[in-house]
Amino acid sequence: MSQVKIVDACNTFCPGPLMELISNMKQASVGDVLELLSTDEGSVNDVPEWVNKVGHELVSSQNIDGIWHIKIRKTK
Amino acid sequence: MRILVVGGGTGGTILANNLTRRLAGEVRAGKIRITMLSDSDRHMYQPGLLYVAFGQMTPDQLYRDQASMLESSIAFHVDAVTEFHFDKNQVKTKSGKTHEYDILAIATGARIVPQEVPGLSEGSENFFTEEGAVRLHKRLMEFQGGTVAMTVSIPHKCPVAPVEAMFMLHDFFKARGIRDKVKLRYHYPTNRVHATSNVAQWAKPEFDRAGIEYETLFNLKEVDPVNKIVYSEEGSAVKYDLLIAIPPHRGSEIAEKNNLGQAGWIPTDRFKLTMNGHDNVYVIGDATNIPVSKTGSAAHFEAEVVAENIASVIKTGTPVREYDGKVYCFIEAGYDRATYNAFDYVNLPVLKPPSKAIHWFKVAYNQMYWTTVRGLL
Ligand SMILES: Cc1cc2nc3c(=O)[nH]c(=O)nc-3n(C[C@H](O)[C@H](O)[C@H](O)COP(=O)(O)OP(=O)(O)OC[C@H]3O[C@@H](n4cnc5c(N)ncnc54)[C@H](O)[C@@H]3O)c2cc1C
Repeated sequence: MSQVKIVDACNTFCPGPLMELISNMKQASVGDVLELLSTDEGSVNDVPEWVNKVGHELVSSQNIDGIWHIKIRKTK
Repeated sequence: MRILVVGGGTGGTILANNLTRRLAGEVRAGKIRITMLSDSDRHMYQPGLLYVAFGQMTPDQLYRDQASMLESSIAFHVDAVTEFHFDKNQVKTKSGKTHEYDILAIATGARIVPQEVPGLSEGSENFFTEEGAVRLHKRLMEFQGGTVAMTVSIPHKCPVAPVEAMFMLHDFFKARGIRDKVKLRYHYPTNRVHATSNVAQWAKPEFDRAGIEYETLFNLKEVDPVNKIVYSEEGSAVKYDLLIAIPPHRGSEIAEKNNLGQAGWIPTDRFKLTMNGHDNVYVIGDATNIPVSKTGSAAHFEAEVVAENIASVIKTGTPVREYDGKVYCFIEAGYDRATYNAFDYVNLPVLKPPSKAIHWFKVAYNQMYWTTVRGLL
């Protein structure tokens, strides 16, 4: 069964939210949804760009109280 | 009270020494006993591997006898931990012994796993082990021209190492007089040349100036060592003559075997540095799953926080401070220039223009490291 895994990358710069997401994505199974939490404004563009290029699925992206919650489904 | 430190690398050694000094009276009075278990009698200065790859250090310069790094009252045993029993406050070791503790600190580091990427072990060189760095140096000396490609897999130790290595490659081939015969190609997983935006902003024009080509959004999928081609998850294929890989890493084998965390990264509170669910177990350095760079610098600052807190809890019942995510890393910008990267959970790094002075400070630090781990600096 697929599951939502939180990747809390708030307040981190090095290696940063996208790297945390990619690392966690490698460990996930196809169908899993990862929810990246990021305080880095850059994530709003960086994450979808990477997701599109690799071919995963962007499920949602919203800012709640200054924290970006970006959900991605692993598709391959 | 028994305090057990597992792992005699950067973090474990700084922690054990710092703690022993803070608790000198209690240790002398026999109220506290500090023990270290490591799987090696030697201590390696890993950042020196980069210099070994470029012939600027030899492997023997990277090692010291671990016992000589430790305060004499620390009971040091070369006996790898094989099992953790958190419910009983015990660890078991390779020799069959059981060690009990009241407080445990895990600092077992990380390891490279090139075997995770098909063809990577056969098709590439790296500078993340002594053997690898020595072999890479030989390959670089023999190289007569063609494409040197670097791929970066994540997670990996020392996030700035790929950038440093590219600048050093540029200067290495310049010094050999064959830079014009060598194409340097850099491949990076995110959409900039470095994951940290300010490092990327600095490195990109420096790459352009040095004629280093780069491809971003390149997540290594596999290597064809026969035809010398690297393939990315994103669908690109690149031909190389010499492939230098920043290999993917996992936590220590023992963390993985004991199922301490996904891929061996131990779930750790990023402020308290305690293992999730175990208040008397601390985790520091590369072993944690916290989102800071896997560097000796982070291990160092974390070790200081944990030492202060353990000592304070013993003396007053209350910890003194939380880890603020502090990291300070030098970044070599070639053979004779360097800058640095300093940040924490709140403050983004702001890079200064590279200078000779910072480079020479890094060269000095390569020796000063030994005084740092002893706790003298
Ligand atoms: C090429 C390279 C360049 C680098 N450059 C830099 C740099 O410029 N700046 C920087 O800050 N960092 C740099 N680093 C990273 C730095 O070396 C590490 O982040 C640092 O050593 C981590 O410290 P640690 O204590 O967590 O782990 P380590 O220092 O790796 O120590 C782990 C210890 O645990 C022991 N151990 C493992 N398993 C067991 C077991 N089962 N039982 C007992 N003991 C065990 C090991 O023997 C070792 O002593 C670099 C690393 C490399 C490879």
